[in-house]
Amino acid sequence: MIEVKDVFFTYTNNVEALKGVSLKIREGDFVAIMGQNGAGKTTLVKHFNGLLKPTKGSVIVNGVDTREESVAKLSRRVGFVFQNPDSQLFCETVEEEVAFALRNFGFQEKVIKTRVEWAINLLGLTRYRQTSPFMLSGGERKRVALASVLAWDPDVVILDEPTIGQDYQQKEKLRQFIIQLNTQGKTVVIVTHDVEFVAECNPRVVFMVEGKIVGQGAAKQVLTDRKLLARASIVPPQISQIFMGLADFGLPTDVIDVYEAKEILLDFLEAKS
Amino acid sequence: MSVFEGFRFRRVFSPIHELDPRVKFFYVCVVFVIAVMFTQLLPLILLFLIQLPFVLMAGVQKEWIKSMRGASLLALMIFLFNFLFTYFYREYPSFPPSSSLLEYSLSMTLRFIVLVESFSIFFLTTSPDRLGLALEQSHVPYEFCFAFTTAVRFVPVLAEEAQTIMDAQKARGLELERGNFIKRIKNYIPILIPLIVSAIRRSLELAEAMESRAWGATDKRTNLYVLKIERRDYILALISISMLILAVYIWLFLREQIPSLIPLITA
Amino acid sequence: MVGVLCESRAVDETLAIIETSDLTYTYPGGTEPSLVDVSLTIEKGEFVILTGPSGCGKTTLCRCFNGLVPHFYSGKLEGDTTVAGFRVSEHSIYELAKHVGLVFQNPENQLFALSVEKDVAFGLENLGLPREEMKRQVDWALQMTGIADLRERAPHELSGGQQQRVAIASVIAMKPDVMVLDEPTSFLDPLGAQKIFEVIDGLNKELGITVILVEHRLDLASKYANHVIVMDEGKVVLDGKPLDVFSSEDARLIGVGIPKATRLYQALRESGVHLNSIPVNSQEASLLLQEVLTRDRG
Repeated sequence: MIEVKDVFFTYTNNVEALKGVSLKIREGDFVAIMGQNGAGKTTLVKHFNGLLKPTKGSVIVNGVDTREESVAKLSRRVGFVFQNPDSQLFCETVEEEVAFALRNFGFQEKVIKTRVEWAINLLGLTRYRQTSPFMLSGGERKRVALASVLAWDPDVVILDEPTIGQDYQQKEKLRQFIIQLNTQGKTVVIVTHDVEFVAECNPRVVFMVEGKIVGQGAAKQVLTDRKLLARASIVPPQISQIFMGLADFGLPTDVIDVYEAKEILLDFLEAKS
Repeated sequence: MSVFEGFRFRRVFSPIHELDPRVKFFYVCVVFVIAVMFTQLLPLILLFLIQLPFVLMAGVQKEWIKSMRGASLLALMIFLFNFLFTYFYREYPSFPPSSSLLEYSLSMTLRFIVLVESFSIFFLTTSPDRLGLALEQSHVPYEFCFAFTTAVRFVPVLAEEAQTIMDAQKARGLELERGNFIKRIKNYIPILIPLIVSAIRRSLELAEAMESRAWGATDKRTNLYVLKIERRDYILALISISMLILAVYIWLFLREQIPSLIPLITA
Repeated sequence: MVGVLCESRAVDETLAIIETSDLTYTYPGGTEPSLVDVSLTIEKGEFVILTGPSGCGKTTLCRCFNGLVPHFYSGKLEGDTTVAGFRVSEHSIYELAKHVGLVFQNPENQLFALSVEKDVAFGLENLGLPREEMKRQVDWALQMTGIADLRERAPHELSGGQQQRVAIASVIAMKPDVMVLDEPTSFLDPLGAQKIFEVIDGLNKELGITVILVEHRLDLASKYANHVIVMDEGKVVLDGKPLDVFSSEDARLIGVGIPKATRLYQALRESGVHLNSIPVNSQEASLLLQEVLTRDRG
């Protein structure tokens, strides 16, 4: 359970990145934090594992104030997958890379072996076990980074801009993977500005503009709320754009999914004939 | 880190900022020569004071004070080292140490401070691109000038990247503050390797971009900006040369007559 | 078996600005070729979108257009590329730079100087242009990309979108015939991406610069293109008008990010509802759907 209580945060160069943010994330939630670059999304999630501590207000993770625990301890429960996997890759083999955090957290060797095996299999990296992570392609490196976080089985998984530079198929796989994680009971938080991806995932959406939360709710509601979208300078998903243009026909406006759209249109046409 | 603040350029406009870096460098060299010439305290104090108007004209007081503060620790070490070493070498076992020794050590320290002062003024008032331009126009091969300005351009980028890498590794349980000395050094490997790998990747991308913008098309590369020597540069050059001539004159003929400041110190 | 759609475009050889024939390339030390028998023609003034799954060879192909392949990357190159009348293998990169500009994915790593102005002038300085002429071209390029007010700023102070505009300005300052952009909006948010596409589109329409844009975000970019090329595993598998390419079955199979509007069209078609034409963006889809919904009403 992550609770953000009226948090303000100012960077050392005097830029105020968070201006009074309050948010509750419950166990098993699936949340997408959205907004333009510079809205404060990454700043906010860096408070969840203690990388940043609030200038004012507090962040409580599982009952503990983040100011009273080290990043290492908080990270044990809150896993953070950074946007660029190259920020963390340094080992000689994929195996070692995935084991790194487990060693830091003090797991026993036997447990480490099992966990590494499991994580590598889960992300389809078995044939790269002994390969140097630097030899892998961009997409594969992202999977190594993901594996190395999942290996220690955190309760919360935060993904910072996971869709950047990914092609459609990679995004599809990622989407299915994230949903699977959430179904297994993990709390998943994604930070993104990719509306279409969020439309397909259908999580709870939190909109941020200039350090404040301007709206939150189910993806369907939030991504079709014209006023909110305009405030957050967000381009609505294509499907909801299409349905906004069909408002005169009395069709529902909170549609974001292609197949739902198809069904609604087919129903409408059937009702006509 | 604040001592570096004392050297970092800020975009401000002042007559000192507008001076040609080559002339400023000449001035710094002159100060260096004069500082080395004299071991007596009085000329060094004068040299120190003479430069203060430049600091005020440039409006860089705050940063300059930071650099002075940063240098003060080193200055203290120089003083102590000088004092103790010379005492044990020359005057031991007579006690107490002579006041001329005190004066001498103070001079050595002040010499160092004067040099920091002039270099600080130089770097605080010279933008890196002007500096690169000065190098170019002084016929340093373009590759070096380019390497210099590009390096400066990427300093903030690398700093941010280092921070991101540290965050990423901390989020994997890496604790940088714990452990004995050896462990702490080892803990920096997960920071250094990604940084170095990223630097290599970045260089490759930069090289591609350079090639794509006609790098190497001609030996006669032109420049958007040009440094012109203006009247104020002549003035500074004149001042520097005068200082130098005066100093040489004093050193040659009036050296012996420079009053010692011992009475002032011991009073 | 995927096929190549060329019939939808009548190709006029005399208007070709880029032509490749049977281009096959393997990076040094590579076990498989990154490009396999790539043959395509791009006409002057076209706005081309080049897309395909990661690793399909789009980036390598871009580098064949401006000479980075084979001059910078060595490796094994077979076949030919001609750009603006120049055979790429026979001219150095700096010669080709006057005719083909390349904008890269990461905005930070293509800006070297400490001010925007100087960066835009970089290519011109390399070419040894006289200062007066350089100043004029720099001013012009800054105007065209809408960043004249940023001219004295340092690149690190700028947002990603602004940095990319500086990169674009520094490329067009050299007045090339062709501008190739390799996923220029990867690091930008959708609004930033849209601005970049608008700038590129403006340059294409106003100055007639041929644009080759490598993109995954077809939702945002497809409305500007009049020619789409899809690659997969080093080969060109689709090449034609946007409508034809996006609505083809092969595009779906390869896993290209077809615009949702087109996908809705396909989904409806499968269920027996036909729209009058194929939409690629939401406005088109709305209009077409309105037609269908009112048609059945009456």
